[in-house]
Amino acid sequence: MRSTADPLKTHLAKDLAHDRPLVCCRFAATGPYVFAGSEDESVIRWNTNDGSKIQFKGHESWVFTLAATPDGQTLISGGGDGRLIWWPASAEKPEPVRLVQAHEGWVNAVAIRDDSEIAASAGNDRRVRLWSVADGSLLADLPAHEKPVYALRFDRTGRYLLSADLVGRVVVWEIATRKEVRRFDAGKLHKYEAGQGVDYGGVRDLEVTADLGMLACAGLVDASNPLGAVSNPAVLLFEGGEAKELRLQRPKEDVKGVGWGVRFHPDGFLILVSGGTGGGWLWFFRREESHEFHKVNLKNTGRAIDLHPDGQRIATAHHDGHLRIWSMTEGPAPS
Amino acid sequence: LTDLGDLNFQEDAEMRCTYSCGTSDHDASRRRFLGGLLGAGFGLSSLVRPAAARRLEEQQKQVLVIWMAGGLSQLESWDPKPHTETGGPFRSIETSVPGIRICELLPRTARLAHHLALVRGLNTSQATQNDHGKGHFLMHTGRAQMPGQEYPHLGSVAAKFLSREDDPLPGYIHITPGGGGLGRNDAAFLGPKYGALYLGNGKAPANTARPGQMKTEADDARQGFRRRVNDHFASRRRTAETDAYTTTYDQARQLMDRREIFDTSGEPERDKQRYGAHDFGRHCLLARRLLEAGVTFVQVSHSNYDTHNENFSFHLEQLGEFDQGFSNLIEDMAARGLLQHTLVVVMSEFGRTPTVNYLYGRDHWDAAWSIALGGCGIKTGQAHGKTNEKGTEVVDGQVSAGHLFHTYLRAVGLDPSFDFEANGRPIQLADPSASVIRELLA
Repeated sequence: MRSTADPLKTHLAKDLAHDRPLVCCRFAATGPYVFAGSEDESVIRWNTNDGSKIQFKGHESWVFTLAATPDGQTLISGGGDGRLIWWPASAEKPEPVRLVQAHEGWVNAVAIRDDSEIAASAGNDRRVRLWSVADGSLLADLPAHEKPVYALRFDRTGRYLLSADLVGRVVVWEIATRKEVRRFDAGKLHKYEAGQGVDYGGVRDLEVTADLGMLACAGLVDASNPLGAVSNPAVLLFEGGEAKELRLQRPKEDVKGVGWGVRFHPDGFLILVSGGTGGGWLWFFRREESHEFHKVNLKNTGRAIDLHPDGQRIATAHHDGHLRIWSMTEGPAPS
Repeated sequence: LTDLGDLNFQEDAEMRCTYSCGTSDHDASRRRFLGGLLGAGFGLSSLVRPAAARRLEEQQKQVLVIWMAGGLSQLESWDPKPHTETGGPFRSIETSVPGIRICELLPRTARLAHHLALVRGLNTSQATQNDHGKGHFLMHTGRAQMPGQEYPHLGSVAAKFLSREDDPLPGYIHITPGGGGLGRNDAAFLGPKYGALYLGNGKAPANTARPGQMKTEADDARQGFRRRVNDHFASRRRTAETDAYTTTYDQARQLMDRREIFDTSGEPERDKQRYGAHDFGRHCLLARRLLEAGVTFVQVSHSNYDTHNENFSFHLEQLGEFDQGFSNLIEDMAARGLLQHTLVVVMSEFGRTPTVNYLYGRDHWDAAWSIALGGCGIKTGQAHGKTNEKGTEVVDGQVSAGHLFHTYLRAVGLDPSFDFEANGRPIQLADPSASVIRELLA
């Protein structure tokens, strides 16, 4: 079903402020809420109707990742403390429902399957783990990565989970068997910079189309000076069935930064958020093209993105503590 | 090694190093230095007794420096400030010393904290202005970099005053991830023969293997010829540079006989695994081998901590290697008795800003940062100095690099106030405006 979104009409609809830098963001699938994880170790929930804000406190480190159940009732956050915390997403005074010490070191990514039965998490400990959303029990521990794992995504059928890491290894897991069934090589988004002695880049975010026909990996290329933030944002597209690389998508101009997040829009285009020395940007790509057909300046370096299920609103998280909501329709953003 | 063509047999006043006028007065040796120390009576009562001085001479002191190139973040290592605006996402962990916590990125090192002393009150802002070059100079020499003035690096001082004159091994070896060769200005007025020998990527010095087609007799004959020519030249035109050439040739030849000390391939597989499959682990294992072989000063550089961008991910990556290699090295040095006579220093050009920038990075910060010490002469199991809650300034026990340099020298039994005559004027080995940090000395 096509939405009424028009990327060319993208404009700032809401500017929601917090007093510390934000790291990640997520829309509630239903209801008026949008969430962000912060460097102040809290999760912030805004009501997009009236702009009111509530902080969820329970982590002992930065909050790096958020996932919500489709019914909007449960939010799971992952932090630098290695914890996953289950929250009552819409509660008036939210307190942790469950706290699981899930990883050694940071939890970089968390995802919830559409049936709300299984959650997945991934961390700097190079592990991918499956959890029962209902009781927080560990269902599986999936070892396939040799470097920190940055991104996770369930496919819409719920049969598969994709995980991706620092060196661009993307693994497709069959949930039922806990087996690896396919790999993609997104190594173009990674660089070992010998002079500085560092690995850099990797898959910073993953997105799959509903039919698993296409995979998008967000990250960076041209990392000539990783320690100095010299790189360009990019998206690497794969055809899902054959794990075949389709194209590298990148800005036409030399805008420095990292592609921190990517979303497929149901109308067929992709949206990439970038941040870095070149500022913060939204980039709109058609799947069949290598460069953007539209871009929007974000006012501050971008760090994360989410697309609302209505297909009309985009949330971006920023270093200046603001969560900005962008509308791709004319007039005020739909409530 | 055998080509004499580069030697200049023409007397050249410009080639003369001003220290070396040919008299023994200027040849400040370790023996003479110790004598000076005895006479000066600097409060080291044990050294007043000749027997103690002999023991010091018999037990060669050594130095190990781990150079965290680029500027290690004190907040992600020795002085964490978790749960504060400046603390970043990592937490602190307990160490083997009750009450001292360090960053969670150093779990193995934390278990060995009783072998270390943390210096948390370092302020070098007057001398470095957050500049890499100035920070490098300051931390290696204990002095602010001034135009036209050179001072010897700690490694050169150690090579000069701690090594035996007849030691066949280079006194100052620097294991780097980059290229190898000889240091250019490390030794300053001490003379080039005390400069660093760089082992690029931990490899043995180039051309130290005798060409396969050359027989021992032929090699001995040409070396004999070289010595005769050198001696003839030196009898009339001796300079520091010709001394350095001669020393380099002699050392090179002796090195050829002891080339195996650079080769870690024969170390037990278990040790290689313990130290890590990465370059830094391999270089730490080589450092252990060199120290055990008696090399006076060994420096290992680990690159790179200049993390203006994504400071936390890069420190996770780099400190993972450091923690593995360094902790195993310290553990082995303790077990093998090396720590009893080896000073250990872990340092950088400067620290990193408490403020986290918009790139998740930290920039250069010299106003309040940390280093770690250990080994001989150091009172370990303590943290000296203190920064405020956010790590933005030193609130107790502030010291500079000059103080540290004094402390290093005293820890290995040298007198920091010793005057070395250079360019016709006395120059104190350590900056006279600074002094020893007595709380750090055992």
